Amino acid sequence: MSSIPPPSSQKEDFLCIKCEQALVLRKVNASYLGSSFQVDLLCCPSCGFVYVPEALALGKMLQVEQALEDK
Amino acid sequence: MDSQQVKLWESRCIEEAPPACNAACPVHLDVRGMAELIAKGDIKAAYALFCRFIPFPGIIGHLCDHPCETACRRSEAGEAIRIHELERMLSASCMEPPPLRRGRAVEKKRVAVVGGGLSGLTVAADLIVKGHHVVVYETKPELFSRLRSLTALPSSAIEADLLRFENTGIEFLCNRKPDIAMLAEEFDAVYLGIGPQPMPVLAGLVKLTNDDRIQAAPLTLASSHAKIFAGGSHRYDGNYSPIASLYDGRSAALSIERVLQGASLTANRENQGSQPTRLYVNIARHAPLSAIQPATPAQGYTLAEAQREAARCFPCHCLECVKVCPYLEHYGAYPKRYIREIYNNETIVMGARKSNRMIDSCTLCGLCAEVCPEQLGMGEVCLSARQGMVEKGRMPISHHDFALRDLEFSRSEAFAFASHQPGHTESAAVFYPGCQLAGSSPEHVEKIYAHLCQKIEGGVGLMLGCCGAPAQWAARTDLFNATRAEFHSAWSALGKPTIISACSSCYRMFTDHYANVAVEALWTTLERIGLPDHALLKSHPLAIHDPCTTRHETAVHQSIRRLAAQCGVDLIELDGPERTSCCGFGGLAAFANPTVADKIIDQRIAQSTADYLTYCAMCRDNFARRGKNSVHILDLLYPSKNALPRSDPGFSARQESRGRLKKRLQRDLWGKDLHESLPEIDIIISAEVHADLEKKLILLDDIRQTLLHAERSGEKLLDKKNGHMIACHRPLRITYWVEYTVEKNSYLVHRAYSHRMELEMVP
Ligand code: SF4
Ligand code: SF4
Ligand code: SF4
Ligand SMILES: [Zn+2]
Repeated sequence: MSSIPPPSSQKEDFLCIKCEQALVLRKVNASYLGSSFQVDLLCCPSCGFVYVPEALALGKMLQVEQALEDK
Repeated sequence: MDSQQVKLWESRCIEEAPPACNAACPVHLDVRGMAELIAKGDIKAAYALFCRFIPFPGIIGHLCDHPCETACRRSEAGEAIRIHELERMLSASCMEPPPLRRGRAVEKKRVAVVGGGLSGLTVAADLIVKGHHVVVYETKPELFSRLRSLTALPSSAIEADLLRFENTGIEFLCNRKPDIAMLAEEFDAVYLGIGPQPMPVLAGLVKLTNDDRIQAAPLTLASSHAKIFAGGSHRYDGNYSPIASLYDGRSAALSIERVLQGASLTANRENQGSQPTRLYVNIARHAPLSAIQPATPAQGYTLAEAQREAARCFPCHCLECVKVCPYLEHYGAYPKRYIREIYNNETIVMGARKSNRMIDSCTLCGLCAEVCPEQLGMGEVCLSARQGMVEKGRMPISHHDFALRDLEFSRSEAFAFASHQPGHTESAAVFYPGCQLAGSSPEHVEKIYAHLCQKIEGGVGLMLGCCGAPAQWAARTDLFNATRAEFHSAWSALGKPTIISACSSCYRMFTDHYANVAVEALWTTLERIGLPDHALLKSHPLAIHDPCTTRHETAVHQSIRRLAAQCGVDLIELDGPERTSCCGFGGLAAFANPTVADKIIDQRIAQSTADYLTYCAMCRDNFARRGKNSVHILDLLYPSKNALPRSDPGFSARQESRGRLKKRLQRDLWGKDLHESLPEIDIIISAEVHADLEKKLILLDDIRQTLLHAERSGEKLLDKKNGHMIACHRPLRITYWVEYTVEKNSYLVHRAYSHRMELEMVP
């Protein structure tokens, strides 16, 4: 999953409404069925809201979920 | 899964049994493979295959007495394949068989072969390949002396075949008449392929038959002397068969090899020699075809003629189940292989369980067992595998999660309901519409319930809920038992009245898995009490699709057909009710593998251009979703004024309709005063986005919860590029994302998606 960094042009495009802060790339802990690993994703630096774009959710992330389910 | 049971299942699939030609050939030449190569025009590969089985392709190619042709199944649809003519074409056009390669035996032994004919030289060829030292004794000046006088066999073919022995180190001693007793002392084994004449001189050495021939055991060709084996025309008394001689040589060589290794002479030889086969071939699938005649019979087939003749080979396969089931076809093999894979999937210690999805893609519809000559049902296999997966905690949660949450909904307060008919304290019967009909056409449920109440004396209770079929299909015994227990207590409270079931899956579950519950299909009830007044009395012809869960319910099939006739509908039969297929919902296949489920539906709806009539809400909705005009039998009984074909309501609408139906019935019939619980918000979704959400198994309710969560907590993102808001919510195991804009007081949803992985920023 870490092989898909969000395009850097996107960084400034998302705003956390609650904190009025632009999202920035941060290390994120991803876990499923007891396995976990780290990836870089856009987050709100203040409240920690992690953004998952659709392409990631239905692409690489789904693949990893299914592989873990079959493990 | 029980390994004994798995073996039993595997043994019932006969697809790997040899074709009749191959089984009848004493040395089991792969005729089917050879014919396929010839038909493709790959003569070299066909010849190489022939030479792998036959040590003397030139001789057999010209002389074989072809018992295979008598067995060939093509004869039942036209004429048998001229297998021998194909071989003749091969050996005439390819004169150089590949040389035999001397093998390397762990322990090299010395074998004497007496008689340079087909059986003796086959022994020699097979044992040289195994790496032994072979000496051949022949009384005549030349090898194959008896065959040299036959006009059908050009001497060039003999010479070409003998060239195969070059550089093998075999010793040929012609013009010799050895002392057999001495050979038996000197060599590790002796083979006697000495022709038809009696041999009284051997009386002291080996047991003889009444006519002074060597007594040889039919299977092993062993004589009474431990080192001596005998076969060939000596055994056959006048009926000379070249292929039988060659077979004797092969069989004796195997025996000798076993004796030399100290192995059992008789173990595992039951498939040896000419045999019948268990392979089933559906001849009716093939139009009759006569054999191709060679333009010049004396020359035999030209290459082009042989190709056309070989193309007449069916080729023999069973695959009856694979031909009717797109699921079995999808995975590219057949049950025997699948069963092995499924078993390996369960017993694998390390690595991915690659067959999980395959196991969960079967609809459990039972059609395979119906068409299988051995009645093997893959549904039984897959369900048992699912049980194993659940027990070991290996069932991928995403395969059935959605369907089981839908079941959860139907079991909950939101839908579950049981009561006597208003104004009654007893129930003569209880109407059980089932969760899918209630979701698909709730108005039918209300109308038919009113009709039942009007016609049946003694009170008709109503029970809303789910029969638990999704839990049973998902092998979730815990959930299934809980669902059954709830049913039993509610049903007992009503006094255990007969169930009138409007859903074929419920009917199946009640019949198979609910002890002591009397159940009647609504359709049979309707026949008895009469149709409602405004039933449609004329419609265009409809093709009848029986739900797979009623496959063997003849009484139900007949009721439906009579009801349709009463409505003035001319019915078109598809393959008949016993051969019906699933709509993809069965076994929860549509959730684990929508691609396969859609293939199954598409194959079914392509069977007739007529609109379809069915009596299962899920079948109807699935056909509609894939673009087939289809009506439920209740659409005939309560024709709508709207002439347009009913579309698929989808998962969201079905679930919401269920909830609303319960409320409406409670209010209208039982006079309950109900207040709305959720603050409603106005959500706008285009048809396109709606279809996408259905595919992604995201319910309108999931969207609603996500939006409410974002609005209440203020946790949301703004995408500055397009001004969309992005909401995110994880109620339990799934994170939902909704991209939307707020317009006036409405939420316009642009898209939504979900994932299961949990994410947390590292602080
Ligand atoms: S119908 Fe299918 S399962 Fe039955 S023997 Fe043939 S290939 Fe095997
Ligand atoms: S049709 Fe083909 S595969 Fe079947 S028995 Fe005849 S030659 Fe063999
Ligand atoms: S989907 Fe039906 S026909 Fe196909 S394997 Fe499963 S039970 Fe058999
Ligand atoms: Zn924030």
